[in-house]
Amino acid sequence: MSHLDAARFQMAYSLFFHMIFAALGVGMPALLAAAEYLHLRTKDPQYLRLAGTWARATAVLFAIGAVSGTGIAFELGLLWPEFMHFAGSTIGPAFTLEGYAFFTEAIFIGLYLYGRDRMRPVAHWLTSVAVAVSGAASSVLVTAANAWMQNPVGIETLRSHPEALSPWVVFTNPHWPIMALHSTLACYAATGFAVSGVYAWGMLRGRTDSLRQKALQIAVIMGLLAAVTMPLTGDVSAKVVARHQPEKLAAMEALFVTRTRAPLLIGGLPDQETGKVCCGVELPGLLSFLAYGALDAEVMGLDQVPRDEWPNLPLVHLSFQLMVGAGLAMVLVGLYYAWVRWRRPADVARDRRLLWLLVIAAPMGYLALEAGWIVAEAGRQPWTIWKAMLTADAVTPSGGMDPSVAGFTALYAALAVALVLLLRRLRHE
Amino acid sequence: MHLWSTLDPVVGAALVMLLALMAYAVLAGADFGGGIWDLLATGPRQEQHRQAIARAMGPVWEANHVWLIFVIVILFTVFPTGYRALGIAFFGLFHLVLIGIVLRGAAFAFRAAASGESRQWRLWSPVFGASSAVTPFLLGLAAAAVSGGGIRVLPGGTVQVDPILTWYSPVSILMGLLTTAMCAYLAAVFLTVETRGEVQEDFRRRALWSGAVMGLLAAALLPLLPAAMPHLWEHLTRPAPAPILLGGAALALLSAAAIYTRRYLLGRAAAVAQVVVLLSGWAVGQWPYLIYPDITFHGAAAAGPSIRFLLQTLPFGLLVLLPSLWLLFRVFKAEVR
Repeated sequence: MSHLDAARFQMAYSLFFHMIFAALGVGMPALLAAAEYLHLRTKDPQYLRLAGTWARATAVLFAIGAVSGTGIAFELGLLWPEFMHFAGSTIGPAFTLEGYAFFTEAIFIGLYLYGRDRMRPVAHWLTSVAVAVSGAASSVLVTAANAWMQNPVGIETLRSHPEALSPWVVFTNPHWPIMALHSTLACYAATGFAVSGVYAWGMLRGRTDSLRQKALQIAVIMGLLAAVTMPLTGDVSAKVVARHQPEKLAAMEALFVTRTRAPLLIGGLPDQETGKVCCGVELPGLLSFLAYGALDAEVMGLDQVPRDEWPNLPLVHLSFQLMVGAGLAMVLVGLYYAWVRWRRPADVARDRRLLWLLVIAAPMGYLALEAGWIVAEAGRQPWTIWKAMLTADAVTPSGGMDPSVAGFTALYAALAVALVLLLRRLRHE
Repeated sequence: MHLWSTLDPVVGAALVMLLALMAYAVLAGADFGGGIWDLLATGPRQEQHRQAIARAMGPVWEANHVWLIFVIVILFTVFPTGYRALGIAFFGLFHLVLIGIVLRGAAFAFRAAASGESRQWRLWSPVFGASSAVTPFLLGLAAAAVSGGGIRVLPGGTVQVDPILTWYSPVSILMGLLTTAMCAYLAAVFLTVETRGEVQEDFRRRALWSGAVMGLLAAALLPLLPAAMPHLWEHLTRPAPAPILLGGAALALLSAAAIYTRRYLLGRAAAVAQVVVLLSGWAVGQWPYLIYPDITFHGAAAAGPSIRFLLQTLPFGLLVLLPSLWLLFRVFKAEVR
């Protein structure tokens, strides 16, 4: 691996790992707050047992999220010192506000996890609400930093008169609100379906009591509510990409030639050398419509992009397909659950087809989350800051990339194995 | 408020960073120390020691850890030139620190999810302890490195590190060891307040021992400073060496004496003050350099108004953080179990 590829691999691997736990850090507190609320409302002790078990899982998952997030804060400087030197003061405000939000989350998660016997029930429930709110706020705020890399508003001022640049510029980015909403919703969808898959698996193996049915219901509701709104936020995101990063849209859709009435490509394997797409289905005009609201609109193709500025086409296109496919699968499975729950509530825990579908949907939220992230970041290449700084110019001059890549690969892999073994043993008490 | 608005913003931001670093040293330092005592736990009551440490750390360690993230964020938001140079110079060191931080946190959380004496608890305990001992040593090395003059940043931006001066000098090693000893001392002192009976006596003895080790390390380090870190030494002793050095020594004696005579609350207050004075001394000696001798705080500061952003949003951030922290420590640390 070249020096640059090694640095990119380490950053991608660290973020890939961190995102799993960061998403759970957003989603699990919402589940906890819901279970605690239901316990307060109904006095049904089963909700308390649910919250207790989820809290034990969250304690471990949140810790891994916190330490791997520290890794990201360090690695930004260790791997990309030139990027942080140039952009640190501009994206720093996003990290500063995220820092306050995350600090609040870390304080209240301590209060929530260890404070049950030391607080009145309502106060204790409120600590879980504080964790959920500050967790969502961290996610929304930190996305502003990434959105700026996609659409660096104020970059000319930063270059010519940095002293005149408003520190709030990172929050004035039209990319940010939709990106923040889309990726934060993805955390709820990923958590909701992952948790519901665990319970569906248990029900297939005979653990069908009412406690687990309640757990399944809370998790699917959260996952489904997020998943059904995501095609909408995704559609707005695609329009924003079309406006600000047409090159990325061309890569997502493997559109080699600029054209009107551009088709939406379903599936297909693009060949970067020949400019052909194999084995895909084209829906005429739909890409033009989705990107610009008119079937006849012209969509820019990769022929307008210098060859050395193309991102990794198969990776970006296939990740985009995976994200959309996994996202739609979650919606369908979630709606099917809602149908069964509504028409034949007694069958939820017995309907093996439903349970198997929920098990299959369990990783879909994470597949969509990680694939969407790959679309956003691999699609940004070769730029670290869109059209302003090449990734190759951001990388550290330090040697020693190989041991650090090997070390972090081994470290996170070992932690993942240990965590899976630990969570497998977790049971409702 | 008048003082706040007339303050040189660079000085203000550096002060905020120093305060955050102090909070990290005192609070997370004690958590690292908890890991050290977990590793060193011996005797008939070792399981009680481990449980007391886990109980004391459980609710607060993650919040304590965030102070470090806060320091890093201020560093790259306000002093990006310094962050860049440290990122390059500390490529290896900070990677090791990261592995230590990740392993410490993960091992503590994995262990806490298991019951005492399970296989899992026995597997992760040594990882938790060892990473808690090594990480503060590495952070002490980093502190020595930015003061020692071994990191040079050439006019074109090239960063050069003299490994002998930076990593293997006696001063660096001693500062690393001193940091580790400080963590152990803080933890033992804090634990005397949070335990009772024989366990409390055990931690009292551990506090006195680690305090003595800390004193010996400081006594070995001081004579080396004038030659190894002349800039730092010159600042420390001007106009007179008295205030900081004597203040630190007096507080060290006070905290040890208070622990010896079982006035644990006083001992805890004096130990905290001792760390604050130690870090203040280092900061005063270091000023105006972020990385001696090529990067000053003013030189490293971003041209943009990110400093004003930090200082202006800080009161609002603290409006949320301080009551939350107060609640956290009131709920878990106010009464003694």
